[in-house]
Amino acid sequence: MSVPPVLALTAVTKFYGERQVLGGIDLLVREGEAVALIGASGSGKSTLLRCIDLLEEIDDGDIYLDGVAITDPGTDPVPIRRRLGLVFQAYNLFPHKSVLENVVLGAIRAQGVPRAQALESAHELLARFGLGGRERDYPDRLSGGQQQRVAIVRALITRPRALLLDEVTSALDPELVGEVLGIIRELKGDGMTMLIATHEMGFAREFADEVCFLDDGRIVERGAPEQIFSEPEHPSTRRFLARLLAGARA
Amino acid sequence: MHGSPTTRAERRQARRRQAQRSIAISATSTVVVLGAVALAIVLSPGWQTVRQTFFSWHYFKNVLPSLPGAFWLDARMFLIVEAVVLATGLAIALVRTIRAPVLFPLRLVAAVFVDVMRGVPLLILLYLIGFGVPALGFSFLPTDETVLGGAALAMCYSAYVSEVFRAGIESVHPSQPAAALALGLTRTQALRHVVVPQAVRRVVPPLLNDFISLTKDVALVSILGPQEIARVAQINGDLNFTYTPFVAAAMIYLVLTLPLIRIVDGQQRRALRRQNAAVML
Repeated sequence: MSVPPVLALTAVTKFYGERQVLGGIDLLVREGEAVALIGASGSGKSTLLRCIDLLEEIDDGDIYLDGVAITDPGTDPVPIRRRLGLVFQAYNLFPHKSVLENVVLGAIRAQGVPRAQALESAHELLARFGLGGRERDYPDRLSGGQQQRVAIVRALITRPRALLLDEVTSALDPELVGEVLGIIRELKGDGMTMLIATHEMGFAREFADEVCFLDDGRIVERGAPEQIFSEPEHPSTRRFLARLLAGARA
Repeated sequence: MHGSPTTRAERRQARRRQAQRSIAISATSTVVVLGAVALAIVLSPGWQTVRQTFFSWHYFKNVLPSLPGAFWLDARMFLIVEAVVLATGLAIALVRTIRAPVLFPLRLVAAVFVDVMRGVPLLILLYLIGFGVPALGFSFLPTDETVLGGAALAMCYSAYVSEVFRAGIESVHPSQPAAALALGLTRTQALRHVVVPQAVRRVVPPLLNDFISLTKDVALVSILGPQEIARVAQINGDLNFTYTPFVAAAMIYLVLTLPLIRIVDGQQRRALRRQNAAVML
């Protein structure tokens, strides 16, 4: 038996009241892999990521992190969340804290890293991602792209086993998308394991190891990017991609 | 397009003319309205009596030296009660926010306390605490009227202030605690490092408003007997059959409260500007 995948989902199901939002998701993300989740708004991408980070409870199925079930009833979510990184569409930086304080909060409070050491790695990471010199600024002084890069650094400093990215470029002006995608590309090069909900099809095609198309809470098609984007088999995947293409031309 | 283009100088001149006209109109209307009110008071049938009983220079000079000392008691009470109210108010708000099942009895007590305190007139509360607690006869409970009056004030205001804090805590968008939890913080840490600091910043203006009310309600403790400014003014007035000491006491109060009110208004304007600047959040 080889090493277990970093993330494994079996038949994950979630209801909001009577409405099923996730209908039995099976998914594997192996060490160093990047898996892209595509699909229309409301197809369940964000909910799936929030369920994996245990911000929401699932109603059926199991989620495994490094081969250990994390969704058994009664499991303490806090130590699990410490091993995962989640980046939000709207950045969700803490507006009352400086860039530096935003980045070190998790390291110091959740991971117990000594303050001096946390500050050192924060400076290092911020400099690496083009944010050197902005440490003392407050989030409202930064552009959207800079804020999202800070949010990624904030998730990275805790050295997560996997990074969950929830449409991290959807709130950005088009000219700022590139700087955030550049970081993700770099992380992929570093061997970071990632699960990415995205609307950037060109990007998903370029760097994802596997693309999963979600429709109405189910993965209706999955495969290598070339296959999904060039020869989609499922009619709803074809419709989705055609709509996107038409939108891009308009 | 007709005529010659308007120059920048012409536009500026027109704007200045308009501004001058506005100033002239508001000045005239102010003089007219205030003059009419003053005239109505002075021409009222009872004006002579009012002037003698409320605005007697003789009694004013007579009472003034005794007031600042009495006011010092109000100021001390205000400062101590305010500190207690801030701490208790935040504690009550936190108890009511944290959803841990262990805290349920505490949460129930806090909810009932806040409802009762907000529902009972402060004057009646003062009587109940001021005369009721000493009547219990426990040697460990205070019997000093100033302390008991301060306690009643603190209870009443803690209830109001806890609601202000709670509104602030609830106004922080759920995405903020979600981001804190995603970093691996516990619920308590998320509350302490992310939610409460933002909530407190937001409620500073309404809190200051409550504290202006408190500066004045301190005078109500006089009904229990302490020789604070309203009490001293009342005694002096009773002795001389005049209401002038109340006017003098009101003036001393205004010296403290007017600057406070200006500061609060300034704070509120700044907070509004900040909020409008940060619509992204």
